[in-house]
Amino acid sequence: MQVGLFIPCYIDQLFPDVGMATVEVLEKLGVQVDFPIEQTCCGQPMANTGCIEDTRPLAERFLAIFRDYPYVVCPSGSCVSMVRHHYEAYLAGRPGFEELKRKTMELCEFLVQVLGIDRIDARFPHRVGLHNSCHGHRELRLGAASELVIRPYNKVRKLLESVDGIQLTELERPDECCGFGGTFAVNEQAVSTLMGLDRLQDHQQAGSEVITAADMSCLMHLDGLIRRNGKSLRVMHVAQIFAGRPLSGSPLATSLAK
Amino acid sequence: MAETSRDTILQSLRAARLESVELPELDPSWSQFADPRARFAQVLESVGGRCLSAADLQDVNRQLAQRTEFQQAKWIGSTVAGVDRVNFDVMGVGDPHELEQLDFFVAMGQFAIAENGAVWVSDAQVPHRALWFIVQHLVLIVPADQIVHNLHQAYQRLRFDHAEFGLLIAGPSKTADIEQSLVIGAHGPRSLTVILL
Amino acid sequence: MSATSCNHAKEADRFTADRPRVQWHDQALWFVRAKRDAAAHAVEEWEQLRETASQIKRHTLARLPEYLEQFEENALRLGAQVHWARDADEHNRIVLRILQQHGVHKLVKSKSMLTEECHLNPFLEQHGIEVVDTDLGERIVQLRDQPPSHIVLPAIHIKKEEVGQLFHQCLGTESGATDPKYLTEAARGHLREKFLEAQAGLSGVNFAVAETGGVIVCTNEGNADLGTSLPRLHIACVGIEKIVPRAADLAVFLRLLARSATGQPITTYTSHFHGPIPGGELHIVLVDNGRSRIRADRQFWESLKCIRCGACLNTCPVYRRSGGYSYQHTIPGPIGSVLGPLQDAKKNYSLPYACSLCGSCTDVCPVKVPLHHQLLTWRGEIVRRGLLPWRKWLEMKVVSWVLRNRRRYQWSGKLAGWAVRWTPRWMLYNRLNDWGKSRELPEFPRKSFRELYRNRNGRNQ
Repeated sequence: MQVGLFIPCYIDQLFPDVGMATVEVLEKLGVQVDFPIEQTCCGQPMANTGCIEDTRPLAERFLAIFRDYPYVVCPSGSCVSMVRHHYEAYLAGRPGFEELKRKTMELCEFLVQVLGIDRIDARFPHRVGLHNSCHGHRELRLGAASELVIRPYNKVRKLLESVDGIQLTELERPDECCGFGGTFAVNEQAVSTLMGLDRLQDHQQAGSEVITAADMSCLMHLDGLIRRNGKSLRVMHVAQIFAGRPLSGSPLATSLAK
Repeated sequence: MAETSRDTILQSLRAARLESVELPELDPSWSQFADPRARFAQVLESVGGRCLSAADLQDVNRQLAQRTEFQQAKWIGSTVAGVDRVNFDVMGVGDPHELEQLDFFVAMGQFAIAENGAVWVSDAQVPHRALWFIVQHLVLIVPADQIVHNLHQAYQRLRFDHAEFGLLIAGPSKTADIEQSLVIGAHGPRSLTVILL
Repeated sequence: MSATSCNHAKEADRFTADRPRVQWHDQALWFVRAKRDAAAHAVEEWEQLRETASQIKRHTLARLPEYLEQFEENALRLGAQVHWARDADEHNRIVLRILQQHGVHKLVKSKSMLTEECHLNPFLEQHGIEVVDTDLGERIVQLRDQPPSHIVLPAIHIKKEEVGQLFHQCLGTESGATDPKYLTEAARGHLREKFLEAQAGLSGVNFAVAETGGVIVCTNEGNADLGTSLPRLHIACVGIEKIVPRAADLAVFLRLLARSATGQPITTYTSHFHGPIPGGELHIVLVDNGRSRIRADRQFWESLKCIRCGACLNTCPVYRRSGGYSYQHTIPGPIGSVLGPLQDAKKNYSLPYACSLCGSCTDVCPVKVPLHHQLLTWRGEIVRRGLLPWRKWLEMKVVSWVLRNRRRYQWSGKLAGWAVRWTPRWMLYNRLNDWGKSRELPEFPRKSFRELYRNRNGRNQ
């Protein structure tokens, strides 16, 4: 099976190992991965600011670049949600757009729904706290949001639970926002910071050593707070755990050691 | 003046057509309970009320007599015939402000709702609607066979075809406006006792 | 931006400066959210109820003029008097006229966000009428000369010590007393007098039933009820969106309302007013004040489904940490951030940005107002109307230009990485670096993913 790999701009530029880990996880499961080099960014920063006309050309580029792949897989719930739920305004009616919406998938979703995976062959003997990143959680419905009265499920957590040696921690607020929110993190710097610090506090009381998520952007924000405040927590993207990266081997962990 | 505004508002509303959807059918089978009576008692207690059962009016009097609030009450009123110690004629009151002194009031409730611990009462039971709110302690006697499962069933029973005040009462008056600390007895009754007869 | 606009982030700074208070505020509201969760999860058909409520509201809003007429006809038949007000000013004048006709000098009032929206209290006070808010929380903020900071919990931002001090000054309670029970008892005594003196009672309305002509008011304290059952004059102020078609619909909304608001199965009192008190008068004021305009708005009409339960405020991580006043609008939180710009987009342009788009409000809303989607839609409108500060607008233009070309994007990445590595820390973490005020920047790696990927594939081949 061939997939087009969609690597969000900030992962490409800031967290290359998350992209590499995604490639490794997919290839290990027999997926043929192709990274179309022309891709840049899905346009979410502009869209979330309301700059619709500045988003449109990026949505159009995205469709042109990815429309011929049978699946488009991305290690970010937020960017996938952008394509699936927010491209409507720019691409409605364009040839290939309906298919694009259907076939663009977040990594865990792809593993569970398309590949039918329920076990990950990896070892990670650490106490891990799952941060349910909002767009994956409440827009892609990767897990049951705590507000809804529905049968509980969580695709990301289920995969994590299958990792050998892992211990998942229990949070007091299992799906509260970390306060990243894209440009929100700088527009509302004070509130964003308080939200992030509260998440860290929750993970600390729960005994997490590592915070993981299906979205690196939340983790970037949390990691910035961890390092500024000299906390002992670490962050790793779920793909890095699935790819069998050791705790100290993650690029973020090395930066922490400095 | 008011006429013009009415027309303006209705015209501007008519000018914008919205896509209509059907009014949904309601399902009265929602929230049924194996033991509605037990459920009612449990919910009422959880909202600060008290639920008692009595075999007959004598039994009601016996249970009331055990209550400290009742023993200490100076002025007791009732619209239920046969309640002991009644010394305040609520039917004879012309101005509801006079009810301010009333410590205890016993009335009939029409029916109770298992789902939320509420009792339906109306002006039909009392000379002044202020009675429900102004008295210090309220007792409602509800026939034990008059417990519906849920609000949907409650509204199936109710008819609003003439001018009348009716209300659902679920527990004593309460507030949590100071630091979310629950305090019983805000403006209305400090206690609510429902006696299932 | 112009002096008439307010910036939520700046206003929030005042609140966030006091960290322990923010934590306390957050926890108080999260406690309410937790109670809501427990109550909602105890109702098996919760999601069906939400969908049904949403459908009823959609249906009603579509046929609003017909239902309003039906309501009026039935209310008149029951002996009520019905008034129509196009805007806040007309609403206030109608209320004043009724009060003056009855020689009222003392009015008791129960919670009504509509009258807050219309700024009724100061208007009546200017005309010599004593207005006493009787909901305990409302009375507290009224004595402090503040507006409510929450639509259901008006005094949620005030500590018991502050209430104690206020009551010591205003009600003569013991100095230093902070026990909520004691303070509530003092307020009960104080407000009992006000209830007994009042010549008229004014209430808001939770639901107005078209098929019966009745208005329904929900309270826990019994203040709306006591306040309208002693005097002979009751004025009920209703936003035109409060209509429901059938009495049976009340079951759906009442099951959702209190559970969403405070986690109670139902409010203590749910009063059904059909016609006036015997020998008295009931005046119902139907108020538009921009609602017909919102209803006609293809993007935002769903905000009129709101039943003012406050659940979106309680769940909002931004509201909990920035406080109600940071919104500088009658209704704060997610729903207020949708309604605020509808009332005045220029003044309230920053409210749709006071949101991390986490979506919790949308999922908690009992009538399925797509709140965070509406906030995102608003951002597009703010930009379209040229209300976004030019610096942010320009930033996005530049970023978009860079991202439209792969080479520009790659070179910019290189340049940024180089700049971050070589700029001295004191210069990098400058005053304009909002990220860096409280967070470390991510470390820019020497090679991007696309370079690592290309190298690896090159080796493999």
